[in-house]
This record gives sequence, C-alpha cells and structure tokens, in this order.
Amino acid sequence: MTAPAIAVIAQAAVVLLLSPLITGFSRTLKARLQTRRGPGIFQHYRDLYKLARKGMVIPETASWIFTATPYVLFSTTLAAGLLVPAISAEAPLSLFGGVLAVVYLLALGRFFLALAGLDTGSSFGGLGSSREMTISAIAEPALMLAVFTVALGAGSTNLSLVAQAALGQSWQFLAPSQMLAFAALFIVLIAETGRLPVDNPATHLELTMIHEAMVLEYSGSYLALIEWSAAMKQLVLMMLLVNAFFPFGLSAGWWAAATLVSLVLFCGKLLLLAAAVVLVETTNAKLRLFRVPELLAVAFVLSALALISTFLF
Amino acid sequence: MWPIPELYGAGVLAYTLAALGGLALHTRDRAKLWMSSLLCVLSLLGALLEAAASLGVLSARTEFTVSLPSGVPYLSYSLRLDPLSAFFILALSMLAAAVSVYSIAYIPHATGRKSPGLFCFFLNLLLLALTVVFTASNILLFFIAWELMTVAAYFLVVFRHESAESRKGGLLYILMSRGGTGMLLIGFLLLASAAGSLEFQALHGAGEHLSPLLSALAFVLLFLGFGVKAGIIPLHIWLPAAHPAAPSNISALMSGIVIKTGIYGMARVFFDFYGVTPVWAGILVLVIGVVSAVLGVLYALMEHDLKRLLAYHSIENIGIILIGFGSALLFRSFGHPKLAALALIAGLFHTLNHGVFKCLLFLGAGSVLHATDTRNMEEMGGLIRRMPATALYFLIGAIAISGLPPLNGFVSEWFTYQALLAGFGTTAELTRLAFPIAGALLALTAALAAACFVKAFGIAFLALPRSEKAEQAREVPVSMRSGMALLALACVSLGLGATWVLPVFDPITDAALGSAISRDLAAGNGLLLTAGSLRSGSVSTLGIALLLVVLGAAALLLWLVWGRKSARVTGPAWDCGLPGLTAENEYTATAFSKPLRMIFAALFRPRREIQAQFEISPYYPTAIHFESEIEPAFEKHFYDPLREGILAIASRMRRLQAGSIHAYLAYIFITLILLLLFGVRA
Repeated sequence: MTAPAIAVIAQAAVVLLLSPLITGFSRTLKARLQTRRGPGIFQHYRDLYKLARKGMVIPETASWIFTATPYVLFSTTLAAGLLVPAISAEAPLSLFGGVLAVVYLLALGRFFLALAGLDTGSSFGGLGSSREMTISAIAEPALMLAVFTVALGAGSTNLSLVAQAALGQSWQFLAPSQMLAFAALFIVLIAETGRLPVDNPATHLELTMIHEAMVLEYSGSYLALIEWSAAMKQLVLMMLLVNAFFPFGLSAGWWAAATLVSLVLFCGKLLLLAAAVVLVETTNAKLRLFRVPELLAVAFVLSALALISTFLF
Repeated sequence: MWPIPELYGAGVLAYTLAALGGLALHTRDRAKLWMSSLLCVLSLLGALLEAAASLGVLSARTEFTVSLPSGVPYLSYSLRLDPLSAFFILALSMLAAAVSVYSIAYIPHATGRKSPGLFCFFLNLLLLALTVVFTASNILLFFIAWELMTVAAYFLVVFRHESAESRKGGLLYILMSRGGTGMLLIGFLLLASAAGSLEFQALHGAGEHLSPLLSALAFVLLFLGFGVKAGIIPLHIWLPAAHPAAPSNISALMSGIVIKTGIYGMARVFFDFYGVTPVWAGILVLVIGVVSAVLGVLYALMEHDLKRLLAYHSIENIGIILIGFGSALLFRSFGHPKLAALALIAGLFHTLNHGVFKCLLFLGAGSVLHATDTRNMEEMGGLIRRMPATALYFLIGAIAISGLPPLNGFVSEWFTYQALLAGFGTTAELTRLAFPIAGALLALTAALAAACFVKAFGIAFLALPRSEKAEQAREVPVSMRSGMALLALACVSLGLGATWVLPVFDPITDAALGSAISRDLAAGNGLLLTAGSLRSGSVSTLGIALLLVVLGAAALLLWLVWGRKSARVTGPAWDCGLPGLTAENEYTATAFSKPLRMIFAALFRPRREIQAQFEISPYYPTAIHFESEIEPAFEKHFYDPLREGILAIASRMRRLQAGSIHAYLAYIFITLILLLLFGVRA
C-alpha cells in the first residue's frame, strides 16, 4: 500500500491544478443557467495568478495568526487531498489517515480561518467566524453518521480500502444505505463548501455572507492562497463523495495508461457532481441562517436512516 | 530494576516535608517569599520521584505492595502500586511538576497578604492525599485519603475567603462531596460484605458474588459516588462553582487530576471489582457519558467567564472518557476482549490527555487573570501582543482540546471513534445502535468544543483590548511561562509520539480484560496508529505533522517566488466609512455564541430584557439596558425541588421535638420496647 513519491506529487498536482477548474466550471454553468455568458472555465486560474502578484494590505490590529492562517489553511487542505483516492483507488498517503483524519484536518484549517476572522477586529470577521463554526458544528453529526455507514461497508476508515471495497462490489451504489448516505453527504457538502442555499460565495452583504466575511480583510497573495484552499476543499469533499460511492474508473495501481483513462473518468465524475451542485444552487434561494439547522437536521435523518438500513437490508 | 518502593517513599517524603515546611513557615510573622519558592521546588522533586516510580512499575510490568498493620481493627496501611495506579500517579506527577514550577511565581501573587506557607501546606497535603488515594489498597485507608483530599481542596478553594463566590463554591463542593462519599461508603461496604475483607486485593471480582439486586445496587452507588467527584451530569453543579473560585494553579490541579480520582475509582470498580457486568451497566455509563459531553459543551459555549468555560469543558471531557469506559463495558459483556481493551485504552489515554491540556488551559487562564485582573472575556482582547508566550501556549491547549490533529486530543478521540465504529460492526444485538449515536454526538461535541475555543481564544487574545485592564496587561514571570511550556510540550509529545506511549496500557488492559493489544495498535515501525490492524484504518500524527510543515513550506516557497515583489502595507481594517475602528466595533463573546443559543433554545430557554430610556422620543434613546440569561436547568428542575423537599420533610419532623420531657421519655420507652421485641429473637 505504499505508493512511490511520484504518486504523491501527481496527486498533489491533480488536487492543486484541478480545483480552480471545478470552480470555474461551476460559475460558468451557473451563469449559463441564468442566461448569462459567464466568466469562462479558466477564469479562476487567471484570478489566482492576478491575486498572487497584487500588493496586500494587512490590518493594523492583526497578529501573527492573520499571517499564518493562509499557509495553515493551504497545507491542511492539500494534506487532506492527499489522503483521499482521486485517480487511483490507492490514495498515496492513505496510511497517514483515513476519513476521520480528512474531516479533522479540514476542521483544523477552519479553526485557524475563524481565528483570523476574529483577529481583524471588525464585526464582519466575528460574524463570519461565529456563523461558520455554528454551521460546521451542526453539520458534524450527519457527516459522522454517513462516514460510519461508508466505513461499515468496507470495515475500515482507510479511504483506499473503502474505494477498493466499493470497486469490488458492482451495483452496490444502488443499495438504499448507500443512496441515503450519498444524499446526506451531498447536503453536508453544500454546507461545508458554503454554496447556496447555505451561503452565497458571491455576496459581500453582511446579512448573507459567512465564508466571505471571515476573509474580508485578506488581499493579494494571502487571498490567493485562501481562495485556492477553498477551491481545494470543495474538490477534496467532492473527491470523497465521488470515489466512495461511485468508484468506476479508479485504476487499481499507478500505471501510466490506466492513469490517463482514470483521469478523464475522474474529471467527468467531478464535473457531473459539480453540475448537480450548480443545479441545486440555481433552483434554491438562500436560506435564512436559522433555517440552516433544519436543512442539516434533514441530512442527519437521512444518514441515520442510511445506518439503520445497513442492517435491515 | 528501579528501586520502586524507595522512589515512591521518597516522593511521599518530599510532599510531607514540603507540607510541614509550609506549616512551619506559617507560624512566622512575615515569611520570606523565596521560602515558598523553595517549597515549590520540593514539591517538584516529589513529583519527579513519583513519576520515576510509576514509570518503573509500568515499564517493568510489576507491582509493589506494602502493608503495615495499624492498631485499629479493619484498617491496615496497605499501599499497592499496580499498573492502573501507576498510570494515574504518572498523570498526577506530570501535572504536579508543571503546577509546582508555575507556583513558584504564582503563590506570592495568589496569597496576597495571607500566608504563602499555609497555601503550600494545603497544596502539598492535597498532593499527598492524591498519591495515597491512587495507591491505597484498604477501604478505610482509601476513605481517609479521599476525605483528606476533599478537605485540602476545600481549604484551597476558599483560600480567598473574603470573596462570597469562593465561600459559596467551597460549600457546594464539600456538600456534594459528602453526598458522594456516603454513596461510596454503602457501595464499598456491600462489596466488602461479599468478599469478607476490606482489602482491595480481596475485592477483585467481588461484584459477582453478590446477589443480582445487591450487585446492581452496589454498581450504581459506586458509579454515582465516584461520578460526583468526576462531575458527571446531573451531579456536576459544584464544578462550575468551585473551580473558577479557586486560585488558578489549584483549579488546574482540580480539573486536571482531582476529578480523575473519580475516573480512577470507576476504573477500579468496572474492571477490577466487577469481572462481568450486565449489558445495562455499559449502556448506563455510555448514556451518561454522552449526555455529560453534549450538555457540558453546550453550557460551556454560553459562558463568558473564562474559568467557568473551562470548568464546563472538564464536564464534557469526563463525558468523553465515560464513552470509552461504557464501550469497554459493553464489549466485555458481548465477549470481545480486544475491542474492550481498545475502548479502555481510548478512555484512559483521554484521561491523561485531558489532564495535560486542561491543566495547561487553566494555567493560561490564571496567567491572563494575573495580568488583567479579570476573568470576564468581554473585558479582554489584544492580549496576543502583550502576552505572546501565554497566547501561544493557550493556543496549543485550545487546539488540543478541540481534538484537532496532530495533537494529543485528536489521538484519543480517534481511538474512541474507532472503538465506536468497531462496536457497530461486530455486535449483533439492537443495543449496537447506541454506538453510532454516541459517535454522532461525540462528533457534535468535538465541533462545538472547537467553536467554543475559537471564541475563548479569539475574544480573549485577538484584536483590540476591550478595557483598560487588558490594555495594561504584561507578560507573566518566567516560572509561570515555564510551567505552561512544560505542559504544551507534553501535549505535542503525547500527540506526535502516541505510538510510544501505548505500551504503557498493556499491563493495565491485561489485568483488567486479559488482552494486551498495544503491539496491534502500533504499526509501520511505530509511526502509525491503527485500531487493531492496518486493515481497519490507521493514522500517523507524526506523518500528518511532517506533511503540514512540508506543504506549508511549499506555499511559502510559492510566495517567495511570485509574491515577494508585490507591495505589503499595513492599514486600518474596513470600517464602513466610520472614523476608525475601536474596541466597541469588535465582536463579543455573547454575540459569538448567539446562533447556538438560538438553535438550542429548547435547552437554554434564554430570557432577554431590553429597556430603553429616552427623553424626547423613543427613537432616540439616551441609555439602553440589556439583560440576557439562560436558565440553569439542573438547579431549577432537580436541585431546587430536592432542597425544598428536604426542608419540607425536616420541618414536618420538627413536630417530633415537642419540647416536653414527657414526650421524650415516651420516645425512649417505645424504642426500648421495640428493641426488646425485635432484638431478643431466638
């Protein structure tokens, strides 16, 4: 189960380079659905490049937490990305941690981001931090039950083993427990990545922003790192969803030919999932903050039903 | 190999000398403060000796027993340092060492105009009593040490007796302790009646020799009795009253190790005195663990007193430890000794970890209190620039308690999750639903704890100071920083080096459950932690830490390559066009937890009152008075009715005391008749 160093670099490259593509694709598709033209699929790459070279303004009230957070967020999200199977059923560093490590690495990044929001001393930052920590806390039980259901099928929390077990049993994704767990994780994905109907990533109105409120004071290369990390987090969670439930096309090892085919299939699956998220975004209005727990309670009920159906069917 | 009895004896002697030294110092008129520092060094020495003794026992897998008869019947001075006791002594020693270093500079500040010698006396008495509690092997000796520990802690809690809060906290603490000890007494006597002796060694497996009803009664009484000391819900109300009122190094010790005496007692009862337990016992412990964890963290979120917040978090973590213990009991009932060992290791490891990071957080809160003279988070802020070292250590403690990788809190919570996951997979009865529900609620608890510590650290240390006191804060003296640094180092080491700590648990689980699994739990040359085999999932905190450092360095490299030429200026934060941000624009702790207050309103029942005063028109108020409080559910619905009921019964019974001598003579006569009738039977 040890993968060569080249596999680590390849997976890191996939996670780093593919994430702005997913964001760009989502924005363009959303625009097209709203009969606009949209920014273009590769715009997010240009945005990140532009931000990386711009000057930055650091608030006077900020401390070293503010300057450290972009790096912490980047490293935790990329580390989580290395633990999830992407192209091959063997994630290169899956021995370093399974699904619990992925969830808590993302939580570490979120911890520092929330602290950075409070560090600036403005009300927007505090507002964003408070809402973000609340929503992520309420989403945890649903996430953990769905994770339990997934790990139960494979008898392990190691994501490579989960993907390999799912590969071994064809048509297992039609089992009720898997479909219910997928639905629950889909709702949690929307909550964790801050998409409509939970949060609007394109707004800067204080009534409505959560993630954007925490990063309001960031600019320049720090903002580039944070936006890249947000895109990577979205990619990592989508990878988890896609490869734990629909592992078609995952190559069993790291040979070149199989990898290229797997890469194409992987991109296809991701774009399908991104399209599903965009459909949900376009057809739903943003929920009031105090309605979000109800949505996440639905996710909790779905994952509880998924768990119960594992031993009924 | 190591002279374990000699080390243990020397440690006890060091504590005794420090205590007597403190008493001797007290009789002088104005003791020199450096003498109290000397006594702290003596305590440190005692702690190190005890740590050496316990490490000797754990590494050599032996135990040592010494038994001296006393003149009193049933009481013998028998002390036994077996692996379980040694583990708790190790935890105690680590915390005592750090607190002793911290106290060198803290005691002169904490005692003010009172005698530091008396403080040192009670502190060392507490440490001595704790040592004997963990090693006593005779029921009466255990109770003597238990009560001595409670009394010493009481005097330390009320050391600043001019404050009504300290007096009230101490009174509540000692009252509930007495209730708990009463339950313990009955439970222990029931077990002793089955075993026929008061020695712990004879009580091994005594729980099964009782009739089922008495066995269940003894189990519940012992669980609740030790639970009062541990602070389980609903017996927890003394914890948020007593821990904040005590001086900070004492709060650290109390939350770190004194509540763990309850856990030690439970471990003895569950795994030594009872060899088998019915399924309902495991479910009871698991349910109380989950309830304590969730309610503890929910109440912690609503606090803006830094030490009360930490006290409620102690309740939460005791709940997490009990989740591990309850799972171990359930696995043992279902006949899975290896899984039971895994759950027991999770619970015990969390005991050690919680002791370390809670002590660190309380010492940090004590440093903040020392520097700003306030415990109210709403008056703090901006301390990270004025107290950078304290802020760093508090941050490490906050990351550890939130269970985030790669620190020690994550490791013990990971083991707990793995045990719960394995539980659902392997057991076949309907009770197995308890495991994933416990797992989901544990996840909720961990996430809420992270939210709470973002609030605690963010509001207290970051942004602008909200009051003059915070503005004039200065960094604490070097001994206080060293005490915190030692514990922060321990947090990091226990997290990164968890695989090397695991063999410590082998003799404990072997004696309790008959299986020693630490070799299965470590893989990959000691770099990976697994849950029994590599197949069932693994994590490597060292690997994750290295990965984070490497990737962070890669990001830094990207910045050096691309971003360095771009300008970097400091400017004011966005202020919506107002003339500059002040401390009044910042978020407050109450506002931070408002969304959770609203979501869980059914539990909190918040009450809010707003009064606006105006002169000319209500649209231009001159003053606004805002009051918000949450309902103290347990006091209101459980303890107040209990108190009213007891007082009502007492006032009814007062009618017996008629005041007339004829009535009293009649009582004596009736009692005599009844005794003759019932006592003189064949």
